[in-house]
Amino acid sequence: MDNLIGLIIVLVSAGLIAIFTLLRRKIPGSDLRTIPAIQRLRRAVGLAVEDGKRLHVSLGRSNILSPTNASAFVGLASLERLAQLSRISDRPPLATSGDGVLSLLSQDTLRGAYRLGNSLEQYDPDRGRFSGPTPFSYIAGAMPVIAREQVSTTLLIGNFGPEAALFCDLAAQNQSFTLAASDSLPAQAVLYATAQEPLIGEEIFAVPAYLKAGAAQSASLRVQDILRWGLIAFLLFAFIIKLIEVLLGVKLL
Amino acid sequence: MRAPVAYAIALIAGGITLLGYFFSIPILDDLRTRMLGWAVILVGIATLVGSLNLVGVHWRKLTAKKGRDLYSLFFLVAFIVTLGSGLWLTPMDTNFQQVVTSIQLPVETSLLALLAITLTVACFRLPRRGRGWMGVIFIISVLVFLILDSGIIPLSGNSILSDASATIHRLPTAGARGILLGIALGSLTTGLRIFLGTDRPYSG
Repeated sequence: MDNLIGLIIVLVSAGLIAIFTLLRRKIPGSDLRTIPAIQRLRRAVGLAVEDGKRLHVSLGRSNILSPTNASAFVGLASLERLAQLSRISDRPPLATSGDGVLSLLSQDTLRGAYRLGNSLEQYDPDRGRFSGPTPFSYIAGAMPVIAREQVSTTLLIGNFGPEAALFCDLAAQNQSFTLAASDSLPAQAVLYATAQEPLIGEEIFAVPAYLKAGAAQSASLRVQDILRWGLIAFLLFAFIIKLIEVLLGVKLL
Repeated sequence: MRAPVAYAIALIAGGITLLGYFFSIPILDDLRTRMLGWAVILVGIATLVGSLNLVGVHWRKLTAKKGRDLYSLFFLVAFIVTLGSGLWLTPMDTNFQQVVTSIQLPVETSLLALLAITLTVACFRLPRRGRGWMGVIFIISVLVFLILDSGIIPLSGNSILSDASATIHRLPTAGARGILLGIALGSLTTGLRIFLGTDRPYSG
């Protein structure tokens, strides 16, 4: 029974994403609520391109086979969009990651973005770096990028641990704009205290849609909202049923 | 269409894995296990390729004509020595493990100590970041949990205080569940985007 419910949720969600993606292509305009942090990121990206500074996207250390890999894919989608937005920059964006597969995917994402923009000559595999396999070695390997590569804007998006605070602190010392989003709860707590612009909870999944990465991104955000409301309704319903059962002493379901 | 062959492979592999998750059919289970085995091998190879890429980056930094980074020399020497001894002695060798741990542990411990200081300073700086009332609640929460978990207040003999402490300790769990549910929904839609081919983290 549980498997059947799960399968129905997956199929309905997939259907809704497909429908909303097709509808979105015909209806221009956006009805997304404002997230000031992402608006400031867009501004920072524009300023970085104008000033000839570099964008740095830190993709975290999520293993592609682990349940946390969704945040890594969101990071890759954001990297692709940022590479497109900063294509005319003198210093193309640089991505660091703490997983071998993720570093290869970041290189491939950058290559894909430049190929789509007919500027494949800008692609450099060294800009998709594997900075270290353990949490601290990853952060220690990524930190020199801010200091040495003239980075003015940093996007931390993916799975991190509390050690990401060291990175944000260095970025603040170098007056680099930092937007940080993670699916890890300890990381969210420390990033709230240390990052210039932190994103909390599922806001991480909204970043590509807000960077206008495509109709499917906005559609999936809308489906996420529908699922969330469905879940809230289900939790409230279960709560009311349980309350009635306790108060009346009868078994309803 | 971007990367049709790569997408076809992703679709077949994703479809089999997803179906194997929902339906317990022996042939699907076998295929799923086999493909996961292949994925684990690919992850290992990718880590090796990533490490070689990192060596390449540091080599170019060291040999650059302008802005040479001498710290890269430490990385390269450490990498060659560790790789060489690991291949010669094998990673199971206790002496090899002891040497690696004796170097790695103090370095990571000192970074952990630095992290503690960084977080303390960040908490003091938080009011200046303009986080509004959420920032105030964050600081109050930090202080409340520091006091409760430090053992300053004797909770064991007082039932009212221990009940209040237990209630307060339950609050983050409720919040965490809410956040995790949101993240689970986001993960589901992200996975579906890749499965549907609207997101393609590969250029093909």
